[in-house]
Amino acid sequence: MSGAVLLGHGLLVASALFAIGLVGVLVRRNLLFQLLSIEIMLNAAAMAFVIAGARWGVADGQVMFVFILVMAAAEVAVGLALLLRISRRVPDLDGDAVSGMGG
Amino acid sequence: MGELLRSLPLWLVPTLPAAGFLVLALAGGRLPRRRAGTVGVGSVGLSAAVTLGIAAGFLDRPPEGGLRVETLWTWIDIGAFEIGFNLALDALSLVMIFVVTFVGFLIHLYSTEYMADDEAYSRFFAYMNLFVACMLMLVLADNLFLLYLGWEGVGLCSYLLIGFWYSDPANGAAARKAFIVTRVGDTAMAVALLLLFKHAGTLDIRQAMAWATASWPVGSGMAVAVALLLLGGAVGKSAQLPLQTWLPDAMAGPTPVSALIHAATMVTAGVYLIARTHAVFLLAPQAMTAVAIVGAATLLLAGCSALVQTDIKRVLAYSTISQIGYMFLGLGVGAWSAAVFHLMTHAFFKALLFLGAGAVILALHHEQDIFRMGGLRRRLPAVFWTFLAGAASLAALPLVTAGFFSKDLILWAAWGSAAGCRWLWAAGAFGALLTTVYSFRLVFVVFFGDEKGHVGHPPGPRIVVPLTVLAALSIVGGFVETPGWLGHVTWFTDLTGQTLPAVDWAVEDHHVEHLLQMVVAGITLVGVLAAWLLYVRRPALPAAIKASAAGAWLARFWLSGWGFDALYDRIVVRPFVACAARLRRDPIDRIPAVLAATAAAGNAALSRTQDGRIRSYVFGIGLGAVIAVAIVVLT
Repeated sequence: MSGAVLLGHGLLVASALFAIGLVGVLVRRNLLFQLLSIEIMLNAAAMAFVIAGARWGVADGQVMFVFILVMAAAEVAVGLALLLRISRRVPDLDGDAVSGMGG
Repeated sequence: MGELLRSLPLWLVPTLPAAGFLVLALAGGRLPRRRAGTVGVGSVGLSAAVTLGIAAGFLDRPPEGGLRVETLWTWIDIGAFEIGFNLALDALSLVMIFVVTFVGFLIHLYSTEYMADDEAYSRFFAYMNLFVACMLMLVLADNLFLLYLGWEGVGLCSYLLIGFWYSDPANGAAARKAFIVTRVGDTAMAVALLLLFKHAGTLDIRQAMAWATASWPVGSGMAVAVALLLLGGAVGKSAQLPLQTWLPDAMAGPTPVSALIHAATMVTAGVYLIARTHAVFLLAPQAMTAVAIVGAATLLLAGCSALVQTDIKRVLAYSTISQIGYMFLGLGVGAWSAAVFHLMTHAFFKALLFLGAGAVILALHHEQDIFRMGGLRRRLPAVFWTFLAGAASLAALPLVTAGFFSKDLILWAAWGSAAGCRWLWAAGAFGALLTTVYSFRLVFVVFFGDEKGHVGHPPGPRIVVPLTVLAALSIVGGFVETPGWLGHVTWFTDLTGQTLPAVDWAVEDHHVEHLLQMVVAGITLVGVLAAWLLYVRRPALPAAIKASAAGAWLARFWLSGWGFDALYDRIVVRPFVACAARLRRDPIDRIPAVLAATAAAGNAALSRTQDGRIRSYVFGIGLGAVIAVAIVVLT
């Protein structure tokens, strides 16, 4: 399989993953699932880095993947902590119900 | 010793009160009252001590050219517009700083007792110190820009202190009136400074005056314009016709303020300004005549008004206007030194009279109506004797008072100088009669007759000592300059002669001088006699005059200060207020209103998108990203 084909297919998969994640954030109302969807989007972006790194044969893509992994871990830590707090107030974790900051 | 005194820095004089102001303004509320008073009095006292040292050094051996300049720093430097922060001391400013710091110190000392029960004790001393600092800046400035800084500074302090008891709206109104009326004059003065800068290219007083003398011929239009505009500034600050209306109302402030600002120092700043810029006035004989006529008219008008006032402080206020009229008369006939001499003696006796009036007011539980006083001679002997000394000096009782020598010098110049004429002398002489009658009316009504009020607060030492010192000065302060047949002391004229030109005499005949002195002395004695007759011997007589139709009308007319307030109300205030009321609904105001409404509508629309839901924000971000990518890809 040539590099161009790998790149094309790989990016297609990444885009599909990203789209699934985005749709997930948009349509799910449960905050836990929105968080999961964001993880999927992050992984899609990370996968695009890895594929691009493989296409040009450099390690930068994988370095970026590690960065994104760390960031995702941090984000989950903060996100889950917030979720725990919110679950006290909104037991079913309905994201739309947490709109008190609306103008 | 002389070297040491001459090396005393000039900048200390205004800096000490300024430092006192800063301390009181920043920490005043937290200082104990006693310490606030110490700071307030001490800063001015130290300044007075430094001034005495500097004066001793100056008199011991005057600096070269009678002038000592101290260059501090460059204040503003924009192209050709360069203003230095420099102080200059010559004979004229020496007299002024002596009066300001010395009389100022006595009044501060007096205030510690007068204001003792006031809540805003430290605020009072902060304002007073700021005033002294600004006034010293005004008289020590070596350029007109710096002088203007001090000029506006004292105006601000005057405003703050007239409205000192601001919880009464009437006091606030009096303060605003003083500020706005003097602003009319200040604007004229600012225009004069701009004109001078445009033509001379400098605001340095000595350079600008030298330039004007060299470049403008006598009577040239520009010189007359500048002189008249400067006169406008002086008229506003010194409460002369037609801007005199603010001073009687300014009595709303505490009495020490009236003594310091509205009698002894600030209101004489106009006299100082004209004396300082005398070179321009010498180039404009028309403006000189205007100064003399303004002075003569003011002294007569204010003298008449003082005759019928019943508030003790308003009598003194009108007499201040009238006495400054004498100074203007002196300036107008070219008797510069005599005007400054009268300024000095007036500062002594008028500060004394105000402080004495304050002691009486305090003793009678803030009673100011003279017809509810009476018989205080026995109750308040110290106040009586010092007040008598002040009133005698104001009335210019011959030989024994300072006021006699200074007023005599002005009157003789009004007759005998090249710019003088008999009418000006006659106005001054008639004014002398009015002065005597109203000053002794005060003495007789307040201190003689039956006791009417209860004396509550006898004056303490901090009131009596300043009164005594000022009374002594009001008596002996005139012996620095005596007429030819009486020792012929010319010490004061010799001193100011280093800075101010001598009188241009047209009549040299000393017999005429002596005759006129006799006439004025006679007028004064007649005045005392008339006051005694009217207010002690036949108290029914003034009442009868007041009861007649013409007398009642005249009394009302003079009580209101010749109806100037009503006139200005009609021709200036009301049209202005009507104009402002109309402009409130200005159609032009709608244009900015449309802008504001658009912004408000836009805000409402955009704030609706902020619904607080994460999903819609994500949608917005996603849509934005898609659009951004589309723009990059498709273009």
